[in-house]
Amino acid sequence: MILCKVVGSIVATIKHDSYDNQKILLVRPVTPEGDLKSGTIVAVDTVGAGEGNIVLVASEGRAAMEILGFSARQPLRSVIVGIVDCIDCERSGG
Amino acid sequence: MKLGRITGKVWATAKDPKLNSLTLYVMQPVDEHDKLLGTELIAVDTVGSREGDLVYWVGGAEATFPFHDRQIPSDATIVGLVDRLDTQPDGTA
Amino acid sequence: MELGRVEGTVVSTAKAERLKGRKLLLVNLVGPDTKPSTNHVVAVDAVGAGEGEVVIVVRGSSARQVDDLANVPTDTSIVAIVDSIDYGGKTVFRKNS
Repeated sequence: MILCKVVGSIVATIKHDSYDNQKILLVRPVTPEGDLKSGTIVAVDTVGAGEGNIVLVASEGRAAMEILGFSARQPLRSVIVGIVDCIDCERSGG
Repeated sequence: MKLGRITGKVWATAKDPKLNSLTLYVMQPVDEHDKLLGTELIAVDTVGSREGDLVYWVGGAEATFPFHDRQIPSDATIVGLVDRLDTQPDGTA
Repeated sequence: MELGRVEGTVVSTAKAERLKGRKLLLVNLVGPDTKPSTNHVVAVDAVGAGEGEVVIVVRGSSARQVDDLANVPTDTSIVAIVDSIDYGGKTVFRKNS
């Protein structure tokens, strides 16, 4: 998985079936410090992420299939699987 | 998945039968500000896109899975047509 | 996929058992303008492409989705011979022209 920042969202009417009813966000890879790197990824959100969030993105088809509950492989690979609270931070109260 | 802008079309009669009746486009990967990213690719269309459209596409093994009944020899497949794209207004995106 | 121009045949005697009998072509990867580049790949031919032809090259595990190549250890295959390319509203390439 890679660290990304949510930088936007996409509205698409005509799309492959596997993207029906999915929230589609635009994310940019970031350094652990939060600096934007190059490249933009279109990712399906499964955790309620929003613009500005630092998120974990998995780009692997089988992982996407399992997370989204598909019974067969789909042309979909990038999925937001977590919102990062902090990196290397002291756990405060669990 | 990535964003791309369709810049051209490729015609090929002699091709793998699994690609028959599919449209092959020249596609330029772009970022959310339409900035060009890397070199142009040839992508299989599955959503009825046209030249000039902003699309999103999938690469790698997942590009082979757009159809339920067969897999296709594609490593870049267009899976959605972007109607609207919203980014942060402050330009940091 | 990418565009490429077939520049020649790669002959290899000592090769993987499952590559035996497969035509290996040297392909120069090109853009829509089909001008030569410095990037080359060796691809298994699945469509009967010949020297000088502009072709479509598919890479990665997708290269094995050609029925005939399912068990062939290739990561690069030629899946189409290009007739013409429209680019930026113009026909920029036409076969045999």
